[in-house]
Amino acid sequence: MYSFTGEQQQFRDSLQRLLREDYPFDRRRGIARSASGWSVETWRQLAEVGALALSLPEAHGGFGGGAMDTFLVMEECGRALLLEPYLSTIVLGAGTVARAGNEAQRAAILPAVGRGERQLALAHYEPGSRYALDAIACEARRDGAGWVLSGAKSWALNGATADQLIVSARTAKGPSLFLVDRTAAGVGVRDYPMYDARRAADLQLDRVHVAPDALLGEEGEAVPCVAAIIDTAIAALCAEAVGAMAILLETTGQYLKTRKQFGTPIGSFQVLQHRMADMLLETEAARSMALLAASRMAGAPPGERSRIVSAAKVRVAEAARHVGQQAVQLHGGVGVTDELPVSHYFRRLTLIEMAFGDVDYHLGRFGRHLFDTQPQ
Amino acid sequence: MQPGFFVEDTAFRTNVREFVRATLPVDLRHKVLAGGRLEKEDYLSWHRILFAQGWIAPNWPRVFGGCEWSPVQQHIFEEECALAGAPGIMPFGIRMVGPVIMKFGSAAQQQRFLPRILSGEDWWCQGYSEPGAGSDLASLRTRAERRGDHYIVNGQKTWTTLAQFADWIFCLVRTATSGRPQEGISFLLIDMRTKGVTVRPIIMLDGEHEINEVWFEDVEVPAANLVGEENKGWTYAKYLLGHERTGNAGVGQCKRWLAELKALAQHQPGNDGRPLADDARFRDRIARLEIDLMTLEVMNLRVLALEQERHAPGPEASMLKIMGSELQQALTETTMQALGHGAAPYPQPLTGRYLNFRKATIYAGSNEIQRNIIARHMLGF
Ligand SMILES: Cc1cc2nc3c(=O)[nH]c(=O)nc-3n(C[C@H](O)[C@H](O)[C@H](O)COP(=O)(O)OP(=O)(O)OC[C@H]3O[C@@H](n4cnc5c(N)ncnc54)[C@H](O)[C@@H]3O)c2cc1C
Repeated sequence: MYSFTGEQQQFRDSLQRLLREDYPFDRRRGIARSASGWSVETWRQLAEVGALALSLPEAHGGFGGGAMDTFLVMEECGRALLLEPYLSTIVLGAGTVARAGNEAQRAAILPAVGRGERQLALAHYEPGSRYALDAIACEARRDGAGWVLSGAKSWALNGATADQLIVSARTAKGPSLFLVDRTAAGVGVRDYPMYDARRAADLQLDRVHVAPDALLGEEGEAVPCVAAIIDTAIAALCAEAVGAMAILLETTGQYLKTRKQFGTPIGSFQVLQHRMADMLLETEAARSMALLAASRMAGAPPGERSRIVSAAKVRVAEAARHVGQQAVQLHGGVGVTDELPVSHYFRRLTLIEMAFGDVDYHLGRFGRHLFDTQPQ
Repeated sequence: MQPGFFVEDTAFRTNVREFVRATLPVDLRHKVLAGGRLEKEDYLSWHRILFAQGWIAPNWPRVFGGCEWSPVQQHIFEEECALAGAPGIMPFGIRMVGPVIMKFGSAAQQQRFLPRILSGEDWWCQGYSEPGAGSDLASLRTRAERRGDHYIVNGQKTWTTLAQFADWIFCLVRTATSGRPQEGISFLLIDMRTKGVTVRPIIMLDGEHEINEVWFEDVEVPAANLVGEENKGWTYAKYLLGHERTGNAGVGQCKRWLAELKALAQHQPGNDGRPLADDARFRDRIARLEIDLMTLEVMNLRVLALEQERHAPGPEASMLKIMGSELQQALTETTMQALGHGAAPYPQPLTGRYLNFRKATIYAGSNEIQRNIIARHMLGF
């Protein structure tokens, strides 16, 4: 099977140790109830072990890691059911800045992100867009040399705690990206918890004035850029899901070996053993596709990248649903309680299943090019 | 930072592709692509071409005349051959008894049998199952009694694939009845032309003769044909089953079938007169199959890499067996359904394939048994 380099393994071990020791489930429960929904202390620790800077460019204080490194971090995030905004700040936020930003923007933002001192959020989806990436109604009008932004954004992950928002809005040349301070005049933020205990925000932009250098990337080029970033986010989520599924498999297996009914551990019942075998099969299928997506993230032309990411998302989403639902079922009554971690993993997997496009969406996107290449 | 098994070996692929294009006989290729039933000579002609090239045993070590290819190369080779319409390589010699003889056989057995497996001079078949011993293989009853330097074999094997072509059969036989059933089993190599061996055809649900009963009546087998030690056959048998399961993923074949299905969907009319390929429901079905195939391919590479690292197949092969056989069945089913009423006329290759491949979840250890293996050996139940 794929073996990570020695360096990568060391890194994974230190991250795993950190999360095992400092992120027990009871602590997580407290963090989830806190005002921001994530821990500044844990974020600082992640910065210290280098997890935040891992995938940032070397020129800007990062380690220049690739999608396989992100895979590794995200799998651990999934195992620990981490609440901290790695996906929003690092993968979506810093990823967009690194991809679209000019030198000055990169230098101003990325090193601070790597040190854990700045939070970013991507505000792209809108109330009417469902999963579509090109349905941008938000507007950006010229205002002297700067811009004025108006419109509504939805489901900006960790939007309420971000220092800077990356907002897509339509100019005369089409959808474009802008850096907007979360506290700028005219930005209305409605923060809400999701059913997996994480936070997202809906934004109201009411004539928000931004400077000329707020434009991120080329005017009119937001959609391909966001599409690429969301593909990396999906690949990352696939890895997170694999980590979460592995934990469900472990804990459900242990439960079946200890819980007794009819005078025997329920794991002695073949019907339950076969469910577990299928859960393992699903998890390994998901891992295969998550690895494939991560390994093809760099270098593949956009069409091929999206095709593989959609395939991975379909397979991982179906595995996530299967493994999550079966883990709850095999625990019986305690499976549906808030008390056990099982239901929390299940909720996270359910959210991942729909995040950035559900099975139907990605099956459709995959199928659009099904007949492009003639059979050999 | 690319995982090793995803790295494409372009030079190797080109090399294989060109070789197959240059050497695979055109009529054989057409016969395979049309889904026709292959004769012994069809299999053998391709076998001999690969043998002459030194490519007949991708998974064997070089000392025994194999290629010792990397997992990626084995995968590419299988895929290129299957896509080009080459017949499959029969597993009984190369994948099954060959590795057992290499690992447990005597030097004399290795010298006698391995070269003839490579050259195709000997066609082997697998004598494991019996009427009373299927999933519970260890309950087998075919007896072998030692008389001087011979064994006398009596009993019956069944479901024996292509025994009608076979020169040799490797058999699990009972040499002791005391102790656990597994402890009295031996691994015996039997010449099919020996007096007392009878092959009777079993006709399958697709109307074809692919499997047989093999009867043994006072069959004299030289003691030199015992592999390894007497009563240790169960260990060898299980070793073989691991190899058999990995070989069952059939990624290359699935790729060809998917390509066929896509081609069919593009000209087969749907209910509104437009091609099925334009029907969103049917498209989704094909898309799912393709995604499952991508998954199987990566799984296959991961398991091959793991086996190479460990120098032995492990329980992971059971995952491949389940995924591979279920995908084969889904592909054959969807392809048949694409034909609509056109699937009905009999005999007909695409319907025949659907009928025939109901076998895939039964043989090589049924999928229920594979789940038992996973539960026990991977999940610790
Ligand atoms: C086309 C074909 C080719 C074959 N070729 C060969 C060959 O060349 N050589 C050879 O030796 N054998 C061959 N076999 C035999 C094959 O290995 C057996 O059919 C298989 O092991 C199942 O045994 P059985 O048919 O007796 O079914 P049974 O063992 O009677 O099984 C019947 C059903 O019960 C289920 N079952 C049985 N035990 C359990 C359990 N413990 N837990 C859960 N479910 C269980 C099975 O999964 C199956 O669904 C072939 C079979 C087929 C169909």
